[in-house]
Amino acid sequence: MGKTLYEKIWDRHIVVEQEDQPDIIYIDLHLIHEVTSPQAFDGLRLANRQVRRPDRTLATMDHAIPTTDRSLPFEDKIAAKQVEALRKNCQDFGIELFDLFSTKQGIVHIIAPELGLTQPGQTIVCGDSHTATHGAFGTLAFGIGTSEVEHVLATQTLKQYKSKTMAVNFNGELPIGVTAKDLILALIGQYGHDFATGYVLEYRGEAIRNLTMEERMTVCNMSIEIGARAGLIAPDETTFKYLEGKEYAPKGEEWQEALEDWRELKSDKDAQFDRIVDFNCSVIEPQVTWGTNPGLVASVNAAVPGPEDVPEEKRRMVESALAYMDLAPGTAIKDIEINTVFIGSCTNGRIQDLREAAKVVNGYQVAEEVRALVVPGSQFVKQQAESEGLAKIFTDAGFEWREAGCSMCLGMNPDIAKPGDRVASTSNRNFEGRQGRDSKSHLVSPSMAAAAAIEGRFVDVRQWPIKIGEGV
Amino acid sequence: MEAFKTHQGIVAPLDRANIDTDAIIPKQFLKRIERSGYGEFLFYDWRYTSEEQENPEFLLNQEPYRNASVLLTRENFGCGSSREHAPWAIEDFGFRVIIAPSFADIFYNNCFKNGILPLQLPAEEVEGLFSKTAENPGYKLTINLEQQRIMDSQGYEREFEVDEYRREMLLKGLDEISATIQFETQIADFERTHKIYYSR
Ligand code: SF4
Repeated sequence: MGKTLYEKIWDRHIVVEQEDQPDIIYIDLHLIHEVTSPQAFDGLRLANRQVRRPDRTLATMDHAIPTTDRSLPFEDKIAAKQVEALRKNCQDFGIELFDLFSTKQGIVHIIAPELGLTQPGQTIVCGDSHTATHGAFGTLAFGIGTSEVEHVLATQTLKQYKSKTMAVNFNGELPIGVTAKDLILALIGQYGHDFATGYVLEYRGEAIRNLTMEERMTVCNMSIEIGARAGLIAPDETTFKYLEGKEYAPKGEEWQEALEDWRELKSDKDAQFDRIVDFNCSVIEPQVTWGTNPGLVASVNAAVPGPEDVPEEKRRMVESALAYMDLAPGTAIKDIEINTVFIGSCTNGRIQDLREAAKVVNGYQVAEEVRALVVPGSQFVKQQAESEGLAKIFTDAGFEWREAGCSMCLGMNPDIAKPGDRVASTSNRNFEGRQGRDSKSHLVSPSMAAAAAIEGRFVDVRQWPIKIGEGV
Repeated sequence: MEAFKTHQGIVAPLDRANIDTDAIIPKQFLKRIERSGYGEFLFYDWRYTSEEQENPEFLLNQEPYRNASVLLTRENFGCGSSREHAPWAIEDFGFRVIIAPSFADIFYNNCFKNGILPLQLPAEEVEGLFSKTAENPGYKLTINLEQQRIMDSQGYEREFEVDEYRREMLLKGLDEISATIQFETQIADFERTHKIYYSR
């Protein structure tokens, strides 16, 4: 019987197979950031252990750091201590760190792909649940807890049970003006935010093949929001083209060898999945979440549902979501007014995202009562956006233009939404208090967020009058 | 890690589905670099008012639940981030067992590494335990991991299932890293032939 892509990658990484126990699998690349690592390093010190492969470990700072002028001392003394701890840990254990002023600094899931470190067929872990982002390259990538971070530091392996597999077939073409973010939100909306618990997903189908690498990363990024352990997309020419010439990608003969190897990385025709889901893409509209998990989502032309509109077992969830979000059933999505806009995060903080947002913003002004932020996912993205003139479009329109980091995606740094603020956000989680205590988050695509910033409420971006030639 | 054999404690019924890791421990506390002391921040936004006063309405601010050590809750508990601060906070508050119809993946894993037993029971069973807790203030459950049985003092008793390997880990308070290091030869052998294409 044939194998799925997941099984192929898994088999390539088994170090030890034991009866009635999880396998020991090898980790090709371990990414580290300031928040989930300090206790792991302490654990190593206590047990007098070393980092087994510093050369397969890479650290950056992204979660708790300010995105304003970094030459000033941190306002937040506890965050400063955490960043200091990471510096010391990397130095003590010989790990390369892309520090605050490095041109390679950025959100961990943005920098590894743009440097060409994320490659097909690898295993990548990080103490962060959105590690699934790297799955866009046909890479088995997933989030781990701090105990596991310590385990990987010490042994470069993990003890893992194999997951079940699910094929998600996106059939048909994505309509014009509808993005990868809408695609994944629509899927979560249809099946609920926990339906893939225990599975590794493989996204397939025509719509996926047509996506760019940036868009594929947006899709895989949100795998955890359906409960999945990881999400994969088989590598193809789009993947190889993206990787070729990247800083850490193989070169010359090695590149040819790698290509040959990577071309094997797809599910066999007769591979068996534990579950198969078919999803029709041709009817998807731009999506806006209205509740307190990513599965509570509607199309921009619809209205917020009420408890009566959902099955019995979901009623309480919907009631409490509406209460928190301060929304009445039947409210048209387009009537929801927002006062904050956040464009960024590992879901939508890449250059293509900023280009799409800038296209909408070009020649307009942010609505008067709206505070709008663009936070590039990495220094590299920031640089690129500045040289393409995107930064100027944003600042001319009244957006704040920031340094790279996670920022208001989780509000661990000073970029916090205030109580009562209503945010149109390109990030991935709309949990209660996620972006700031008592703030309300609506997840959308970058172009939808950009249009919301200008109108002060949600609009269907497919009808947006784009001004070409103004601004730049 | 403390071994887990059998545990008896007061049941706190937290009647809510999809409790996420942001609710369990909000991000402002993830900036600490210590491993202990997270218990006072558990369920922070529910437990305290915005003026940082205790919210008397919240279950864990009421007697006898301040001393509860078994958390009874609804499906998909622990969804969201991979932060191990979530089980640290739960454990530090004093919980040793969490009972729910389902758990999020990473959180479930993290529990076993911190001496907490996440017990998955069928939804009807969980419903039944919610009623018992409502009817009997100070309701206690005993969870015996050696025999894989859960019981109360009024004759309720049933078996539960838990993965054998993880059960062993908890029963012995095992350190997984020491166990893996035994396979150093295999790891080194694997590395000799395993191809990695990035060059740094
Ligand atoms: S951008 Fe948001 S989701 Fe992504 S790593 Fe940072 S905090 Fe996590």
